[in-house]
Amino acid sequence: MTPTGYFLEHLWLIPLFPLVTAALMLFIGRRLPNAAVSVLCAGSVGLSFIFAVGAVMQLLSADPEYRVAQHILFEWLTPGAMRLASGATVPFTADWGYLLDPLSSVMVLVVTGVGFLIHIYSIGYMGHESGYYRFFGYMNLFMFSMLTLVLANNMLLMFVGWEGVGLCSYLLIGFYFLKKSASDAGKKAFIVNRIGDAGFILGMLLTAVTFGTIRFTSAGLANVAADSGVRQALEAALGSHALAYGAPVFTAIALLLFVGACGKSAQIPLYVWLPDAMEGPTPVSALIHAATMVTAGVYMVVRMNAIYVNAPSALVVVAVVGVVTAIFAASMALVQNDIKKVLAYSTISQLGYMFLALGAGAFAAGIFHLMTHAFFKALLFLGAGSVIHAMSGEQDIRKMGGLWSRIPVTAWTFLLATLAIAGMPPFAGFFSKDEILGRAFERHWALWAVGFITAGMTAFYMFRLAYLTFSGYSRADEHAQHHIHESPHSMTIPLMILAVLSVIGGWIGWPAALGGSNHFEKFLAPVMVTHTEPLLGHEGPLGALASPDEAARIQRSAPEQEKGSGPTEYFLMFASIAAAVAGIWLAYEFYGTKRFAPELIARRMSGFYRVLVHKYYVDEIYDALFVNRTKDVGTLLGQFDAKVIDGVGVDGAGWLARFTSKLSMWWDKWIIDGLLNFGAKLTQLLSFPFRFLQTGTFSSYALLILVGLAILLAYYEQHLHVVLRGAR
Amino acid sequence: MLSIGHYLFLGLALFIIGVIGVVTRRNVIVILMSIELILNAVNINLVAFSRLYGDVAGQVFALFIIADAAAEAAVGLGIIIAFFRNRETVLEDEMDLLKW
Repeated sequence: MTPTGYFLEHLWLIPLFPLVTAALMLFIGRRLPNAAVSVLCAGSVGLSFIFAVGAVMQLLSADPEYRVAQHILFEWLTPGAMRLASGATVPFTADWGYLLDPLSSVMVLVVTGVGFLIHIYSIGYMGHESGYYRFFGYMNLFMFSMLTLVLANNMLLMFVGWEGVGLCSYLLIGFYFLKKSASDAGKKAFIVNRIGDAGFILGMLLTAVTFGTIRFTSAGLANVAADSGVRQALEAALGSHALAYGAPVFTAIALLLFVGACGKSAQIPLYVWLPDAMEGPTPVSALIHAATMVTAGVYMVVRMNAIYVNAPSALVVVAVVGVVTAIFAASMALVQNDIKKVLAYSTISQLGYMFLALGAGAFAAGIFHLMTHAFFKALLFLGAGSVIHAMSGEQDIRKMGGLWSRIPVTAWTFLLATLAIAGMPPFAGFFSKDEILGRAFERHWALWAVGFITAGMTAFYMFRLAYLTFSGYSRADEHAQHHIHESPHSMTIPLMILAVLSVIGGWIGWPAALGGSNHFEKFLAPVMVTHTEPLLGHEGPLGALASPDEAARIQRSAPEQEKGSGPTEYFLMFASIAAAVAGIWLAYEFYGTKRFAPELIARRMSGFYRVLVHKYYVDEIYDALFVNRTKDVGTLLGQFDAKVIDGVGVDGAGWLARFTSKLSMWWDKWIIDGLLNFGAKLTQLLSFPFRFLQTGTFSSYALLILVGLAILLAYYEQHLHVVLRGAR
Repeated sequence: MLSIGHYLFLGLALFIIGVIGVVTRRNVIVILMSIELILNAVNINLVAFSRLYGDVAGQVFALFIIADAAAEAAVGLGIIIAFFRNRETVLEDEMDLLKW
């Protein structure tokens, strides 16, 4: 039975609430008091959470194979004919529509739930900051974008959210934009993400021209198959042999999309922006750069799992990139001294684990780890924020210590999260990480081995962090020590809730080997395309990608999925616990009992230590290879501008104008004015004799008048005579 | 008995003295006085001919001219005073501002 209900019909309200408050904040937020901002912004996210819970409950009321709800608000791109690569012409369309299925259920709950807690926390954390409304405006805009991303029913709408979260990430990293390093970090994040986005766009276009649709629909879900137009187009496309299992086009799409995922989820080689992103306020690091946005890449790959399942070579790339990123980032986390930087590298490393899971074909395990990671990493960041709050802004763990009894709530919750990320049972991280390592081992033992070492390193650097921060004597200065205080309730209550989730969050994926039934994987199963499942008959880019005989072949070659709880599984589980315990023990000996001196190791392996401290010189290499080369090109173009465009074009035109105006001026001066002056000069010359008559003294004028009168009289004497005579 | 010729001669003599005064003297006040002479020369002619023809109109004109001369002298002296205040001179050869 198709799930229905109030909340499912109002799916579109979930992203709308934060959008409305974001708009409010950005337009009139300046005039609102802080209390109103807090209530509106945290409240809207809370409302989203309530609607999300309601929608998921209603979805769960349906049978597993019917658990999908699609709500199309409007047709965004109206249908237009598109010519596919196969030569067929199909109507192409994109909706503004929301899709709730088990996969997006998990994401929407994590995003709204963790997001709500972080909003509550931010009320306390950001209370004294200027730009309070701006912070919450951006945070709510982020929530809107992230919810659009996870609820989108097609790739294009997902891309809208994808770009939206990138924008908000940029804005929030550069929240303290007066600080040069913060605005630089924002730019770096934006530009590096842009590289990934190019991959996403290309992957999306290739999907569109290959399949004629970019709509996600869940495989195996009967009611979606009624979307007949798309289905027919796909069936027509599948007639050609180019779309068999492992076809190059699948690999191309998968790799292009993976470039996008690498950018957003900070994987090698595009991870460099995430450590710098720690310039943003700590709640931002928790929400965007740990719990939600950076996992968008993982979500996207899982969303497109049908493509990846059909592209085995791309899966190998994903797994290798993931596991290499995991150990690479973990090694850098070993030597960092900034509390947030350690967590940032740890995030990169954990994201690497998720991609390892995806590469091993364990999509559900990846999402499982995504969820547990969201709990404990958000908690770690919020705990770090609480520590920084207590230490009056100090972030260097070398200047901390002795905080255990001073800020007990923060310390206890931080310890629980640390145990969770280290993979100690029965905390959340154990179940998800163990699941990933187990699936990696099935794929290839080397993947497992690297992941296993990384697990040990994770336990070590996390406990190093915890010991340096909380145990021993305080190394802070007098002034900072005096100010140490536990954070307000608005900050500690989210910490406690997240701590509970970090402990019990993994229990829904309790593995079969330990007597559980892994509800989580079963819940997600309808979304996943597996090797063993016949692939024909599903619709959208998610399914219908192999012909029946291909599917049969895949079925034979695919590894057996339903593994029993054999001795291997117990061994692997024991090994991961052993790695975690070993890491914790080492950290204890180094930083707890101080029996080993870390400085000694650093000195003995000074070359390697220096490489680690300088983060493998990756930033420097990128600067040398790309950044400076780009700048060189810019300089070159600038010179072209200065010399050719300005020199020849602009200055040349200027010179020409000046030349012609000079010519015109010469004409004016010598010909036009010359003629006039010639007339004037001529007049002057001719009048020269007469000027001497003008003496200026009136006696001479009087004389002249007399002389003139005399002449006149003499001339008219005769006539005058007549007149006089006549008068008489 | 004095004939009209005597009066005309007197008028002519006065006129010529006046003209010579106007043309030759430098002091503007003297020139004004010379103009008075010219005007009075005309008056003598008018009165003489009035008597000769028994027409009183000539004498009326003479009276007008006397009034006119008085007005002219007043205006002329006013101009001279104003000019003197500016240039501290009453000599007409130094009043050559209208020269080319």
